[in-house]
Amino acid sequence: MAAVHGPQGSNPPERKGFYGWLNKRLPIDNFISSQLTGYYAPKNFNIWYFFGSLALLVLVLQLATGIFLTMFYKPGEATSFDSVEFIMREVNFGWLIRYLHSTGASAFFIVVYLHMFRAFLYGSYRAPRELLWIFGMLVYLALMAEAFMGYVLPWGNMSFWGAQVIVNLFSTIPAVGPPLVEWIRGDYGIADATLNRFFSLHVVAVPLALLLLVMLHLVALHETGSNNPDGIEIKKKLGPDGNPLDGIPFHPYYTVKDIFGVGVFFVLFTIVVFFVPTFGGLFLEGPNFEPANPMSTPEHIAPVWYFTPYYAILRAVPNQRMGALLMALAVMAFFLMPWLDRSPVKSIRYKPFISKLALAVFAISFISLGYLGLQPAEGTYVLLARIFSLLYFLFFIGMPFYSKWGTPKPVPERVTYHAH
Amino acid sequence: MAENVVVGDDAVDLSRRKFLTTATVATGAVGAVFAAVPFIASWSPSERAKALGAPSELDVSKIEPGQMAIITWRRQPIYIVRRTPEMIEHLKGHDDLLKDKDSDSSDQPDYAKNLYRARLPDVLVLIGTCTHLGCLPKQRFEAASAEMGAYWPGGFFCPCHGSRFDLSGRVFNGSPASVNLRVPPYEFPSPLKLVVGVDETHKGAA
Repeated sequence: MAAVHGPQGSNPPERKGFYGWLNKRLPIDNFISSQLTGYYAPKNFNIWYFFGSLALLVLVLQLATGIFLTMFYKPGEATSFDSVEFIMREVNFGWLIRYLHSTGASAFFIVVYLHMFRAFLYGSYRAPRELLWIFGMLVYLALMAEAFMGYVLPWGNMSFWGAQVIVNLFSTIPAVGPPLVEWIRGDYGIADATLNRFFSLHVVAVPLALLLLVMLHLVALHETGSNNPDGIEIKKKLGPDGNPLDGIPFHPYYTVKDIFGVGVFFVLFTIVVFFVPTFGGLFLEGPNFEPANPMSTPEHIAPVWYFTPYYAILRAVPNQRMGALLMALAVMAFFLMPWLDRSPVKSIRYKPFISKLALAVFAISFISLGYLGLQPAEGTYVLLARIFSLLYFLFFIGMPFYSKWGTPKPVPERVTYHAH
Repeated sequence: MAENVVVGDDAVDLSRRKFLTTATVATGAVGAVFAAVPFIASWSPSERAKALGAPSELDVSKIEPGQMAIITWRRQPIYIVRRTPEMIEHLKGHDDLLKDKDSDSSDQPDYAKNLYRARLPDVLVLIGTCTHLGCLPKQRFEAASAEMGAYWPGGFFCPCHGSRFDLSGRVFNGSPASVNLRVPPYEFPSPLKLVVGVDETHKGAA
């Protein structure tokens, strides 16, 4: 069949044969032309725009490796730890599948954090993309639940005590806290019942929710179109064909670009999988290589690195209930971003110095809290955690005010783009 | 096939339709709530978990004064300390360092809401999980030890987040835990025979 080059976005040409038969019954060509070859994305994307497609890639990787791990893993107090050892030592290539899955969990958070920071840089959360941002945040919440419950499944000692600490956070809720915790655990402590329900949620319920939310995130994206590093709407400048002058079809231009990103990602990813799968205790923690023991707390409990900024905030507060509340607020604050940012411009490129400074201080605070959450809660570490927690919240609380200060640089009519 | 019946008045009664729609949705919602009950209830502790949560016993006379024994009750470690007269003496004199010296906002049975937080001054019974986030506080019974500092009257130290408790399980200022270590229900059916999980108000399992 000859390649067909219809005008993009218009009705696809009539197809013959089996493909034509299929197309009458399933809108394949329509989907391709409306969502890929006829979906226009800004032509000035930069390196920050790789991480959305990479997040999708890691999701697929986690689903595929997870399905295979489930074939060998046996949930249960008596069997979990041994079955993970069985996967590591006796299942053919079991070690590889598990390391892909455990490294994939950390990779997921790396690309998602970079993806979120991109939105901070270019104001991608702002109107008309508020709902897109909220779906993204819901994906992030589901991802945190998925990662937490996944970490409990190997039933190592850090699994057990991590579950103990996190589930007990709910006991700080006034009145309903203690019975709620008993209900979550299904026992008077973290037990077999807890492990089995976490397994069910981890392999069935949360992945289904994730897939649905990711789909809604993409549908909302394709409705509004992508933002870009200049933070201006390309749909405002249309060419004679009705397509944005500063847009290019997603396929082939950005599919090819994203495939390049996939190549670079896999190089880095496989280096970790093959040479440093535990990543010095950051991706897989040492105490988790001994079985869960309710009668022995590890000397130092720290969550996996992607939760440590929030954990540092939790521990920085001397009052337990306030600590848990601030920890929850630290996550929830992201949801309000579209309404906190009152700047007349979207992109950091045109924002005045004060907004650039605020974002820089926030990024430094987040990373510093991440480091402090891995350290013991004593002395200078606690003091620093308090300072950075304060800066963290000031970034959000002050935003309605400082985002209006100063004079933004003039925003161009068309995107900034230099042909290569 | 039935013929089309032409109704005399074929105007749609919108208020009637709206009422029926609302009533249907409301009935469906109530049904959904009832249907959710068994699924939500399935998460509560099973009969087996409840049976395994039955009372635990210990002969306290086997603990040397100044020593601690740990038994489990409902998967929680229970700390039982035979306090010496010196230890009991050390419970006084640091009230100003404590967050909740009278245990007003802490969790204990009424008979343990006193200075000793116990039925008998020389037998301390505590749930050995930190009221902060559930780690196991370690014993630091030596008063004024080099590790804990000159003020230290002896007590417990949680290695996870640094909460400190005295020998009644009362929490010190500056600890992340807000309330004192919890006291489980317990009784002594005969002198020095301790049963954890039963008292005047708690009868046996569950």
